[in-house]
Amino acid sequence: MPRPVFPKSIDKYVRIGLALLGAGALAGAGAYTYFAHPNFTETGYTPTQPVRYSHKLHAGQLGIDCLYCHYTVNKAGYAAIPTTEVCMNCHAQVKPQSGLLQLVRDSYAKGNSIPWVKVHRLPDFVYFNHQAHVTNGVSCVSCHGRVDQMIEVKQVEPLNMAWCLDCHRNPAPRLRPVEHVTNLAWIPDRDPAAIGHEIIRAKNINPPQNCSGCHR
Amino acid sequence: MIQIQTKTSGKEYWRSLDELAGTPKFQEWVRDEFPSTAGEMLSGTSRRNVLKLMAASFGLAGLTACRRPVEHILPNVRGVEGYIPGKPWFYATAMSQAGSGMGLLVEVHDGRPTKIEGNPDHPFSLGATNSFHQASVLSLYDPDRMRNPVNEERQAKWEDFNNWIKQAFDRARFGGGNGWRILSERVTSPSLAALRTHVASTLPNVRWVEWDGLAADSSALGTNIQPLYNFEKADVVLSLDSDFLHQDAGGTVLPMKQYGRRRRIGVDDHDGEMNRLYVIEGRFSLTGSAADHRLRMRPSEIGSFAADLAGRLGSGGNQLQVVGEGSGTDLRARWLSALVKDLAAHRGRSLVIAGPRQPAAVHALAHQINQALGNVGATVTYVQLPAGDNRPQLEVLRELVRDMSSGAVSHLLVLGGNPAFTAPADFNFEANLRKVSNSLYLGQEYDETAAACRWAVPEAHYLESWGDVAAPDGTVTIQQPMIQPLYGGRTAAEIVALISGYKDQQSYQIVRNLWEQRLGGEKGWRKALHDGIVPNTAWPTVNPALNTAGAAQPQQGASSGIELQFVPSSSVYDGRFANNGWLQELPDPMTKLTWDNAALLSPATAKQLGVAVADVITIERGGRRIEAPVMIQPGQADNLVVIAVGYGRRVCGNVGRGVGVNAYLLRTSDAMTVARDIRISKAGGRYNLAFTEEHHIIGDLGAPEVQKRARGLVRELPIEEYREDPKAVAEMTEKIELFQLYETPADYSRGNQWGMAIDLNVCTGCNACVVACQAENNVPIVGKEQVARGREMHWLRLDRYYKGDAENPTSISEPILCMHCETAPCENVCPVAATVHSPEGLNDMAYNRCVGTRYCSNNCPYKVRRFNFLNWHKDVAKVTEMVFQPDVTVRMRGVMEKCTYCVQRIQDKKIELKSAERRLWITDADHLQTACQQACPSEAIVFGNINDPDSMVAKLKQLPRNYGLLEELNTRPRTTYLACLRNPNPELEGRHG
Repeated sequence: MPRPVFPKSIDKYVRIGLALLGAGALAGAGAYTYFAHPNFTETGYTPTQPVRYSHKLHAGQLGIDCLYCHYTVNKAGYAAIPTTEVCMNCHAQVKPQSGLLQLVRDSYAKGNSIPWVKVHRLPDFVYFNHQAHVTNGVSCVSCHGRVDQMIEVKQVEPLNMAWCLDCHRNPAPRLRPVEHVTNLAWIPDRDPAAIGHEIIRAKNINPPQNCSGCHR
Repeated sequence: MIQIQTKTSGKEYWRSLDELAGTPKFQEWVRDEFPSTAGEMLSGTSRRNVLKLMAASFGLAGLTACRRPVEHILPNVRGVEGYIPGKPWFYATAMSQAGSGMGLLVEVHDGRPTKIEGNPDHPFSLGATNSFHQASVLSLYDPDRMRNPVNEERQAKWEDFNNWIKQAFDRARFGGGNGWRILSERVTSPSLAALRTHVASTLPNVRWVEWDGLAADSSALGTNIQPLYNFEKADVVLSLDSDFLHQDAGGTVLPMKQYGRRRRIGVDDHDGEMNRLYVIEGRFSLTGSAADHRLRMRPSEIGSFAADLAGRLGSGGNQLQVVGEGSGTDLRARWLSALVKDLAAHRGRSLVIAGPRQPAAVHALAHQINQALGNVGATVTYVQLPAGDNRPQLEVLRELVRDMSSGAVSHLLVLGGNPAFTAPADFNFEANLRKVSNSLYLGQEYDETAAACRWAVPEAHYLESWGDVAAPDGTVTIQQPMIQPLYGGRTAAEIVALISGYKDQQSYQIVRNLWEQRLGGEKGWRKALHDGIVPNTAWPTVNPALNTAGAAQPQQGASSGIELQFVPSSSVYDGRFANNGWLQELPDPMTKLTWDNAALLSPATAKQLGVAVADVITIERGGRRIEAPVMIQPGQADNLVVIAVGYGRRVCGNVGRGVGVNAYLLRTSDAMTVARDIRISKAGGRYNLAFTEEHHIIGDLGAPEVQKRARGLVRELPIEEYREDPKAVAEMTEKIELFQLYETPADYSRGNQWGMAIDLNVCTGCNACVVACQAENNVPIVGKEQVARGREMHWLRLDRYYKGDAENPTSISEPILCMHCETAPCENVCPVAATVHSPEGLNDMAYNRCVGTRYCSNNCPYKVRRFNFLNWHKDVAKVTEMVFQPDVTVRMRGVMEKCTYCVQRIQDKKIELKSAERRLWITDADHLQTACQQACPSEAIVFGNINDPDSMVAKLKQLPRNYGLLEELNTRPRTTYLACLRNPNPELEGRHG
């Protein structure tokens, strides 16, 4: 019998090596699923805005309704960012000299748009429609979180397709009467699913789960 | 050269001569769906390149993927009343082409016009458009438009131009405008006409010249009388070389609308009223394709036929008397006697129309026949145009050129139209224009005329300007801007107002003051602006005295040699759309040629000359010569060359420069439409033509099934046969018993279910739907080279089939788009489920899932799927990106795409109705239309909810002439077709005449 090329003891190292390789692959896959998931890459995105506007102050403490500024949200696909004029409706009188509002006043005087940084961004092949959701009883809070408690707006949900489909497959627990859509602190007084089912029946709600519902 | 063996291949329907002859080239096309790529990846170098590219792109991906791109949202500073970001607005305006205006509605997305629709309230649109209207929005965003004034080929500033024009056109220095000329296209704009009156009073020596490159010789009636035809009232129509269903529709779509209504058999109460269309022509036009009887005849012979017809119908005044008995048994004599009887039997309900490429004498004869038949006042009326120069345009232009040549013209203002390109070649217009010391051209692009003028200034596009235009009957539409001029362009009215010192200087003031005054204040103005029509502005109808002097002239006999006919291009018209990629890539409806024009010859003439497709020939005429590639046009008259003008632009933007051959070079003032004294010789060499007639062919050559299937693809039959046996349409294919393979088939019995029915009896094949689809769905332009490889991206194509022998076939066009099969073969083979079915019966395509295997396309029996071989949008100019429709994804390289039934429109409508009325059920009353349906001038395409029994589409699908393509494959297509019916005259056996 010819002498083996490798000593028998090599088997041990081969086994250890294979085990390490397997563990590494597993760890890599795990790391990838965690770090490359929108939960990690997208949620928590908090860009610095050109004007230090606080939603906590305006929407939370002062209690201004979302619709006062984002007035197209129940009329169109886009939830429009308010014009400078909307800011100046109040700030012509309120804190008219504040240094924090210099950019707003400049914008109004010179006609240059304020370059707000987009926080919630969907890929270009996704056609999300605010009107369809808001008028059917999906609250702002479902996707944007408690904006009324945020000083700087932060993305709190991953906004990926699986997350969208969770709700499209089972909308009932996430629905509320339309009058409470902009009340971010609303707490259902009974089983949310029961309320949701009533709304689904009343409003004939049937969220699409086919491709062209969102991709065109 | 192709040997045509009609008998051996025995095909009834065929798409190209190669198919008819069964050449190896054709078989190769059929074998490979994407022919040019097969085998490409196998070669070593190419595989290495791919690996290199992959490595490079992974490297780049690694660098860019870590950072989330920062996007900004820039809201308006001040609110705009009623404006909701993301919601399109629609404005009424009008486009002017060939001197006549058509009312449009323009879709504006966040301040940028993206899509043109017809204005349903406008009498010449009724909601539809043609391909030029559809494509005009791309010209707005043409990056090659003139951006600054140009002085002697150098860029200049606006202030320099303003200083120059003030000095050069100084009214005080040049008494009454002595030596001044204004050259424009035909003026039908009331505001420009008012300025013209103002010029005549303040500058009495200025002469205003009108010139349209493709205007008809209208001297039979006098320039200021315009005939209006009503095809809806005509039971029998005879076209003498008039392509009234396509190119000779006068820049409007009304003839197609009216014709379509007489062919919509079985719907509403139109049953039994199908009209009969006779066409006599040399070329093979779409009108000839729609004809029940078509007689091919060289253009110069049509005059004597018309004279004989007029003679037989009694030329004396209004009294109809059929003179003489028909004699002779040849084709011409049989046609004459059949026509005489048919026309005489439909007194007051017939119509004879002469085409713009026929001389005044033939027009006079046509009017005379209509008068004798009592059609005047019924199917044809005449309107009196506002006063203008009553002489033929050609004579006025000749005078202008003489004055330019002699130095009598010191100042010339050219208002668009590119006359240096379209003027007769013997006028040497360009050289004479250079002699004018103070010449100014106002045009959208820097073209041949701009290069020959001292100054050229950018003109505002019609979507950027205030103005007004008149429809063929005089109905005025006020043009309003959708967007600020991108390059600060001015309008013709503004330039004329400037040099004549008119009270208003801005177009807005000129138009508004004029119409407020005429309409009695702001309220009338606002209403007219909103509606897109100014009430009570139609011109008065008159009963003109015919200038029969022309008709009495003896018709010139047919020459023995070959003659040449100049026709407008279906893509670039007279050359003005040369820089429009959508139109350049639009296959000609008959030849299916893209990105070129060609000398069309009949198969027999080509054989006689010894030339084949793509051979280059020299056409010589009186010392002028052009070289052009040959295309063979089955059904064209023998000894006739047909060539489209408008190509071969020398000074043009990047898209159109040097594309095709300039046929204007042979067109002289004595032969504006037909030239007889030509010599043809082989120039040697071949030219690459990109035509699509064999692309995406349905069927498999060699299979014995083919003939049965081909019979089923396009179905047509005489109406009498259909009346006797309505089931004949269904029986045109072999009946195969179909089985359900699915254990639980999808349930399509509830909710909205989308479907489409296309009436082949109404479809004229005009291409409007193809461009409308391209505009609506961001379909890319791929260029000539890629078209030649079969990679054109049109979601909707028109398959044109010939039937019969190659010399004199009939033809039929069939729009083919995704059939949205209920059991779609494409879905089963997609490895990543990128194409799946929606509950509403749509075959959805998710671009972001597609990995580009192309299995789906391979498995699609209809060949409607298009693959993005390259990133076609990569080199799109920034300004052209503004034309993109924001509701549709702009696709990347490597994904498959296809017709979606305009799913973005469906979803928008659903959200709108659901939010407002809590309603999911959509009916015809909700005006949900696909882009192709909305554009269709003859209402051939009908889309809707097939589960609603009251919808038009459901009713059409119930008709016995409804059939699906390749139904025997059990695909259960949602798009179905209505068989084409012909209404032949029993006296003329066979349609070939």
